[in-house]
Amino acid sequence: MISIKVNGMEYQVETPRSTPLLWVLRDNLRLMGTKFGCGVARCGVCTVLVNGQAIRSCVTTVGSIVGKDVVTIEGLSPDGNHPVQRAWIEDDVPQCGYCHSGQIMAAAALLARIPRPTDADIDQAMAGNLCRCGTYQRIRRAIHRASETMEAKGGAQ
Amino acid sequence: MTDSFALNPFVSIAADGTVTVTVNKSEMGQGVYTSLPMLVAEELGCALGAIRVEPAPVDPVYNHTIFPFQVTGGSTSVSSEWDRMRRAGADAREKLIAAAAAAWDVDRSGCRAEAGAVVHPAGERIGYGQLAQKAASMSVPADVPLKDPTAFTIVGMPTRRLDSPEKVDGRAVFGIDAVTPGALTSVIARPPVFGAKVKSFNAEKALAVPGVRDVVAAGSGVAVVAEAFWPANLGRRALEVEWDEGPLARLSTTTMREDYQSRARTPGVVARKAGDVEACFAKALKQVEAEYELPYLAHAPMEPLNCLVDLRDGECEIWTGTQFQTVDREAAARVAGVGAERVKIHTTFLGGGFGRRANPQSDFVVEAVQVAKAVGKPVKVIWTREDDIKGGYFRPMAYHRMRAALDSAGNLVAWRHTLVSQSIMKGSPFEALMMGDAIDETSVEGAKDLPYAIPNVLVDLHTTDVGVPVQWWRSVGHSHTAFAVETFMDEVAHEAGKDPYELRRALLESSPRHRGVLDLAAEKAGWGRPLSEGRGRGIAAHSSFGSFVATVAEASVGPDGKVRVHRVVCAIDCGMVVNPLTIEAQMEGAIVMGLSAALYGEITLKDGRVEQGNFTDYPILGIGEMPLVEVYIVSSKEAPSGVGEPGVPPVAPALSNAIFAATGKRIRSLPIRREELKKA
Repeated sequence: MISIKVNGMEYQVETPRSTPLLWVLRDNLRLMGTKFGCGVARCGVCTVLVNGQAIRSCVTTVGSIVGKDVVTIEGLSPDGNHPVQRAWIEDDVPQCGYCHSGQIMAAAALLARIPRPTDADIDQAMAGNLCRCGTYQRIRRAIHRASETMEAKGGAQ
Repeated sequence: MTDSFALNPFVSIAADGTVTVTVNKSEMGQGVYTSLPMLVAEELGCALGAIRVEPAPVDPVYNHTIFPFQVTGGSTSVSSEWDRMRRAGADAREKLIAAAAAAWDVDRSGCRAEAGAVVHPAGERIGYGQLAQKAASMSVPADVPLKDPTAFTIVGMPTRRLDSPEKVDGRAVFGIDAVTPGALTSVIARPPVFGAKVKSFNAEKALAVPGVRDVVAAGSGVAVVAEAFWPANLGRRALEVEWDEGPLARLSTTTMREDYQSRARTPGVVARKAGDVEACFAKALKQVEAEYELPYLAHAPMEPLNCLVDLRDGECEIWTGTQFQTVDREAAARVAGVGAERVKIHTTFLGGGFGRRANPQSDFVVEAVQVAKAVGKPVKVIWTREDDIKGGYFRPMAYHRMRAALDSAGNLVAWRHTLVSQSIMKGSPFEALMMGDAIDETSVEGAKDLPYAIPNVLVDLHTTDVGVPVQWWRSVGHSHTAFAVETFMDEVAHEAGKDPYELRRALLESSPRHRGVLDLAAEKAGWGRPLSEGRGRGIAAHSSFGSFVATVAEASVGPDGKVRVHRVVCAIDCGMVVNPLTIEAQMEGAIVMGLSAALYGEITLKDGRVEQGNFTDYPILGIGEMPLVEVYIVSSKEAPSGVGEPGVPPVAPALSNAIFAATGKRIRSLPIRREELKKA
């Protein structure tokens, strides 16, 4: 039995410590917002926050996050109103939508670290988050928009 | 939820006024869960906010308006539903008016519908919710009047997607997220070579993995079935399978390429013949010749294929993101051994499709039914990325040989285009429709219908039969023919000493829509204006799926041969516009997909094995390589035509032409190879 903390809740899961966090989230906790795309940390659709850092949950063992805070897309905001989520809607970012849980988590981590990112900051922080639909131009725009909203509200969370 | 009353197969209204629009097209990013409800709302007279979308069940009433089955493909969602969805909205509106008129006991001609309510001649209003039950039993004439497009208030307006809220908080259910009680997860050990068969397998080590429940032969492979994905995946790694690899174990794309090349130099089956091409070559002042080659491509949607099946008590319930419901249902019924009416398909959101999720053999559905049947429990089969990349159903490899003749005035008088490719229609439900005269129309589309006014044209085709499973890939045949045609046009212009934009323009005099996008893209891109040092500009225009797109790319090449794409300007004429935001998004997406293919996309085979397996060796464009993209839409009164695919074809030739302009080096083979562009 492993104890983990996800979105502020404590869970006990019955699984080997070597199981990737992604599959514990999806198969044990039924938190399906975090996606599977490549299994080798090359596409970013499985991105979640661990102690505020964006990580690839497909290659992160559940054993390694014991005692840490995991935040998934379901826990980013109480009702989908995180500035990044609102910006994503405002800029009409999603197409198929599959990669955007990961994109949004990566963007939220970026803005927590760099409240006013440049395009270069964005390109660097989001380099590992692929989108086959090609929404990159809107992702950049939405991150700038979220940054402005957060600044207007008095800085990043 | 409160009861909803069906006014027709597409529109139901609940007592609280919620309008449910049943959408028969799969939402794979192209925005049909927004554009089709817009068509309904326009005629129904309700706010988009009052609408919720429900995916259609499989039923002939939801068949494509042209094809006798339910399918999302060919960039036809809006063109095929443009009329029907507006009629569905108008029919519901008339029924609501009739119900209100009856309640008021007034003549219906004095009543009108607006903003979710019917309005009495004296101004009293009854909401649609209150009228729905009665309206469901009203009958109205079939030919209800439709609005004149000049009166549209929703259609044509920039409208944000209705599905964004659930796609930004993790709620949206894709096939991989579908659950049903007691379902197990399976990962399948698949043939290492196309057509290979299982000779034997030893399940002992797989069954020893904690959580693995069963190991069963299924379809062309062996399925490891477990309590969750991870044990299934570990079980597959531990599984020992011996394969009978069969005849395709010797296949290699290197030898195929040589074969394709030699065939291209012999005459094929004629697809188009005008005038006498050979006579022109005999007396031409100048000839231009070039050969182009394009590789197999995998679709690689971000969501790997998957399918959840619950087969019990003679009922088969399926949850999956499919583009091909009717075909999948019939295939599932055959495997399950039940009647098609016993098969229920829940279409989820699709984490990208690009054609892969409309498989004529229903491969990912059939195998899931096989596994569920063998195990006797509900099972979700999940493909890994490696399964997806190596799994076939690729965009076919293609080889093009092009020749052009110029007369003494530099006019393009003859055009010869010989293609070599596999047929994707052979064995598909479209075979009869698309393969008249031994020519697969999708192999020559974009080549046969060359729009340029050239008096002598010969287009011929060699269809190969190499056994690699192939399928439609976003823009189908156009994805390779446009590269050959539009790069060659650039070569011809260069040889004739003409501007590539002006040459195309002159040859498009009788194709005003084609010329229209060419002019618009050239103007917006600043064609002819100087660029900063080292940059080149390339233009290409192509018509596909009824629409016209022209693309201008600006690129430069570093000393290390790395291509940088700085800006892409695109103009599209797709007839009347439903949602300009969707069109812009689809063009942006098509440009990214076209650039990924041009810069990186390549599936190769060696000893029958696909050499790529993940985004590590089958890379796609990342955000850092995203150019500035500008999209311009031509205002038009023509009937709506395709949007999802037409943006792809001109991208690769626009880029290859830009690289030529920047470096003087011609790209005749995709993907573009850095080594070849490196400065010596």
